[in-house]
Amino acid sequence: MSTVQTYVLGQKNAADLDAEQELPAELMTINMGPSHPAMHGTIRMVLQIDGERVVDADVQPGYLHRCFEKESEYATYTQIFPYTDRLNYVSPMLNNVGFALAVEKLLGIETPERCQYIRVIIGEMSRITDHLTCIGASAMEVGAFTAFLYLLKAREWFYELLEELSGARLTHSYVRIGGVARDLTADFDPKLRDLLNRTEGVLAEVETLLTNNRIFRQRMEGVSVVSRDDAIAWGFTGPLGRASGLDYDVRKDYPYLVYDRVEFDVPVGEHGDCFDRYLVRMEEMRQSIRILRQCLDQIRPGPICVDDLRVTLPDKSEVYNTIEAMIAHFKLIVDGIRVPPGQTYSFTEGGNGELGFFVIADGTGRPYKVHVRSPCFIALQALPSMIRGALISDIIPTFGMINMIGGECDR
Amino acid sequence: MGLELTTTRLEDAAGWAKKARDAANWGRKYSLFTYPFVTACCGMEFMSVAASKYDIARFGAEFPRFSPRQSDLLMIVGTITERQGPVLRRVYDQMAEPKWVIAFGVCASTGGFYQNYSAMPGADQVVPVDVYIPGCPPRPEQVLDALILLQRRIQESRGHSQVAEAQPARR
Ligand code: SF4
Repeated sequence: MSTVQTYVLGQKNAADLDAEQELPAELMTINMGPSHPAMHGTIRMVLQIDGERVVDADVQPGYLHRCFEKESEYATYTQIFPYTDRLNYVSPMLNNVGFALAVEKLLGIETPERCQYIRVIIGEMSRITDHLTCIGASAMEVGAFTAFLYLLKAREWFYELLEELSGARLTHSYVRIGGVARDLTADFDPKLRDLLNRTEGVLAEVETLLTNNRIFRQRMEGVSVVSRDDAIAWGFTGPLGRASGLDYDVRKDYPYLVYDRVEFDVPVGEHGDCFDRYLVRMEEMRQSIRILRQCLDQIRPGPICVDDLRVTLPDKSEVYNTIEAMIAHFKLIVDGIRVPPGQTYSFTEGGNGELGFFVIADGTGRPYKVHVRSPCFIALQALPSMIRGALISDIIPTFGMINMIGGECDR
Repeated sequence: MGLELTTTRLEDAAGWAKKARDAANWGRKYSLFTYPFVTACCGMEFMSVAASKYDIARFGAEFPRFSPRQSDLLMIVGTITERQGPVLRRVYDQMAEPKWVIAFGVCASTGGFYQNYSAMPGADQVVPVDVYIPGCPPRPEQVLDALILLQRRIQESRGHSQVAEAQPARR
């Protein structure tokens, strides 16, 4: 039975005062997410906090598990493209290209030159939208709403141009195995050039808004520093790894498509903090613009798909008029592209880092297994160690700069 | 049709109650505060709707509130998985009445093309939905259209929570 204490109004007992001296020693457990504006709706963090300091964090992904890998086993190779769109939905084209390259590697085919240029062009456009969104959303989360509006304005231009090309604003499904769905539109070249000029303007504006903004710098600088060795140990790639000084870019180190014919630099950070991650992303957009300009200069007319009826759908007019084309069409649609048995790992530079597809084919039109190496899932495992000892408010920029994309992380 | 000058007090009161309700609904429909429950790809389009070009604020659905207590329109943006469902329900329960729900995109409406053990066949499995927006993701124009549709419903007192409110409490 507990003892009864008497209190006199307005007067404290000496024993109580002593008790108040002892602050509660146990840590507080709070729950962040999944429905938290900065958690992108799909991450739950159980934090152990001591005052404002994070003592430990338990990061629980999985709220957006949509069974990409399982659904792929039931879809033909072509039908998987819509699913890849929704992996990293901020840069769908890069996923499309990555998956197409994996299957083409299994098939042992090389796409025509024009197709490769188109893939680079759409991929780099997607990369720009990815970084625009990442920086915009992170800036908004740390309070810079104006920058968000500027960046989204630019993203909107890219969406419009990609929509003209593919018919969808966000989920393009534009790439096909052995080529792309259709050729560039007639006025794509001048439109893209104009767009790139305007985007450079927006980037300059955002630089003035963010890079020397004292609040932004204080929220970002020195936050969640990851050393180069740690970055390698955690398996960081992409902007996150490069900000830590890890000079690795798949486009440079293992060139695919026509990346070896264009000139670009790989920005590398020094400190490995959130501010460097922001700077690396800004610079990467400039480099993407550079790549796009060179591609527009170099691209020549030509076929956009491989000329092989076992892979590419024949022309519609032929389907209606010749029996061979009709049979080929029928077989491709119903059975899918027959990929010889085998397995492969193919990796490209996605918006967040090395995006790998591991495909096992069993000779039918549907894959036996598709696995995705999603860069942000791998970066996410480092999050507890990155925020340990930091303030609660540091979680927001750290998480924003990891650029965790639910579709890609949980698949 | 004869002139009817006399009214009973009851009718009078009903008329005034209707007027008051109409006025309240008019106010409600132009001051919707959104709680974006953003989980997946549709969130990118939600950003576009909220940002400068499409600017949902023009239609009286102001800038998002990230607290369920301060909002009266729940926008379910993206796939709701079995794991996410209870969270969604909890957010809905925390919102103050009257409240409305928009299912943004096919995933939130029906599960879309994710028909598997993990994805829920629509958010209406856990919360009542007032307006469904098709599209994967919907175009911003569709979202604005849905908002206007919802405003019409609100004016006519046809929202889920409004109908429940009007019903006499059962004992
Ligand atoms: S409706 Fe489509 S775009 Fe929207 S969340 Fe679902 S899959 Fe993504």
